[in-house]
Amino acid sequence: MLAYISRRLGQNLVTLFLIVTLAFFLVQAQPGDYTSVYAQDPKLPPEVRAQIQANFGLDKPLGEQYLVHLRNSFTGNFGVSFGHYPRTVMEVIVERLPRTAVLFLTATVISFYIGFVQGKTMAWRRGGFLEYTMTISGATLSTVFTPWYALMMIWLFAFQMGWFPLGKFLDPLLWREAPVSADFIFNRMLVTGGAFGGFVLLVMLAWQRAGARGLRSAVIPGLPAAAWWLPVVLIGAVVIPVAWALSGVGSLAWDIVKHMVLPIATLTSISFAGTMLLTRNSMLETLREDFVMAARAKGLPERVVRDKHAARNALLPVVTSLVYSLAFAIDGSVIIESIFSWPGLGLTLLQAVRGQDLPLVMAAFVFIGIFALMAHLVADVLYAYLDPRIRYS
Amino acid sequence: MERPGIPPLQPSVGEDVSTRGIRSAKMRLALRGFRESWTIFVESRIGVIGLAVIVIFALMAISHPILMATIWDDTTYDPVTGYAFDQVEQPAPPSWAHPLGTDPLGRDVLSQLLSSTSSEFILGIVAAVVTVTIATTVGAVAAYYGGIVDTLFMRLADLVVSLPGLSLLIVLSALFDLNLFMLALLIGVLGGFGGSAIIFKSQALAVSVKPYIEAARVAGGSRSHIIFVHIIPNLLPLSFLYMMFTVTGAIFSEAVLSYFGLLNIRMSWGIMIHTSNTAGYLLGGTKYWWLIVPAGASITLLCSTFYLVGRALDEVANPRLRRR
Repeated sequence: MLAYISRRLGQNLVTLFLIVTLAFFLVQAQPGDYTSVYAQDPKLPPEVRAQIQANFGLDKPLGEQYLVHLRNSFTGNFGVSFGHYPRTVMEVIVERLPRTAVLFLTATVISFYIGFVQGKTMAWRRGGFLEYTMTISGATLSTVFTPWYALMMIWLFAFQMGWFPLGKFLDPLLWREAPVSADFIFNRMLVTGGAFGGFVLLVMLAWQRAGARGLRSAVIPGLPAAAWWLPVVLIGAVVIPVAWALSGVGSLAWDIVKHMVLPIATLTSISFAGTMLLTRNSMLETLREDFVMAARAKGLPERVVRDKHAARNALLPVVTSLVYSLAFAIDGSVIIESIFSWPGLGLTLLQAVRGQDLPLVMAAFVFIGIFALMAHLVADVLYAYLDPRIRYS
Repeated sequence: MERPGIPPLQPSVGEDVSTRGIRSAKMRLALRGFRESWTIFVESRIGVIGLAVIVIFALMAISHPILMATIWDDTTYDPVTGYAFDQVEQPAPPSWAHPLGTDPLGRDVLSQLLSSTSSEFILGIVAAVVTVTIATTVGAVAAYYGGIVDTLFMRLADLVVSLPGLSLLIVLSALFDLNLFMLALLIGVLGGFGGSAIIFKSQALAVSVKPYIEAARVAGGSRSHIIFVHIIPNLLPLSFLYMMFTVTGAIFSEAVLSYFGLLNIRMSWGIMIHTSNTAGYLLGGTKYWWLIVPAGASITLLCSTFYLVGRALDEVANPRLRRR
């Protein structure tokens, strides 16, 4: 497993190197260079223009420029942003990356879960009314013109119903008197969320282990098999909200949460359909296998056949496709961010593109690439964990 | 002594007869295969509905030049430069003269909608053909040669797959002036060297270990002959499938990029939404529905239609998905 992970890590480093190289040569291939937005002013004396180009290192030979670009990229020096002057590009990225990460990760996890459960049910009740409606609505949702759909969501739930704010990351009126910055709160929220996720995983694993060894029924006899979610709900619904409310900045955190719900819900609803339709296909193939018939013949309950025997085996191709659909999901979050004015990497990229802020464009591109690579790595590791055949080949 | 009713063998033209026989047999086989596939395709109603919708859109694309030549005059109904002088207020709600109203700049929405249809088709088809041509060739070559060629193409595919394509297109639009044809080529190339190359390679691998490939090699077939005559035709069902999905992706990407105002295109559904968005009519909700619903619904409908047809073809290409 470790050898596998390190091999994938090595491959990803090569890919990262290629992305950085691509970024350099894209800028080289375009007509003009970094300075052309500012140095094209005809009133500018030629020596000043030459000086500006020299400041950007554009008077050096191409090979040397490339080496400097590589060194700077891998030391995290992407220069100064034109649009956010005098902040460096790195500061802007560091501020915005976590926001994209939260949006993307939450939506991906939720949509994968919903998609898998729905797809499983669809394959199980093949040919019914439910399958047709779900196929058509799933295809519509996954191919719907995302900006239009997102705008409709805003119009319906934020504008008409007034349940959510119209977009953006926070409510400026509320934050004018705030004792701490938004990033301070947001990073602590991230830590809370991460810790809670880890806790849920831990409880689930411990519960399975205990069940496998027969400890569960030994400690408290008659405990229902699904009782693992009791402590999870307790912590998630009671302890964490109370702790935040007592911290004094709970209302600020709640403001961010309120702004987060609608974008996440929108992103989830457009990305679950892909998983759902794939699970359906994969499940249909699995249901034809002999072991499913054997499980039925043994007289196992239908639910057990579906969930334990068929769905577990149908999961593998779905995870493979998840690896390929991650890039698509990242694109989805770029669109969602721009419609909801959610100040993450995607919106940064778009604004930088519109403002011809080339250093920021390139850095945002490289970081979206890194983000995609990380997501890939996680999905790969998950896949190797699920399918032992991958690890040893 | 010759028996009646049976034509005598003619050795001089025997060669000709047998090739013709083989060809007609091949034709008959292909026809039968097509008919069988068609039956399976029709059985999943989704595919037929999809085809019908595609035909409707194609009729829309054809109708625009006809309408412009007959009942619509250029000054009022041109999708880009027209102005509806008969309306007092712009955007005007639907009326008999303008069945879908006019946009904030006084241009007829129906005319814009119809004129964009053909460019969406061109975009989708160019992108799909480019993708499938590249992916099939790359997949077949990588699977047949293996070794360094395979590694090279597959690492390239890994790179392309892990790059978010739309973000890359956004970056490219910042650096270059993209028009419709360049965009189609870019989407095609990205798709062709990316995920579909991997899928075509695995399919080609399955084909290249079949006995008839071995037989062709024993019979002295050259590498290019085997790849182009024996492997690639067997990838065709998969190609049709991926063409459909590429069309969906291409139309979607174009619409999003146009919506962000990043493309150099005369008129498209994405630009229609972009226009009404920049003029501030989108959050008017249902009041200005004709500015957003026709274009948005067209994009969604055409994308999902190609997707549904692709899924129906999936059932044709993959027997394991068919109804029990």
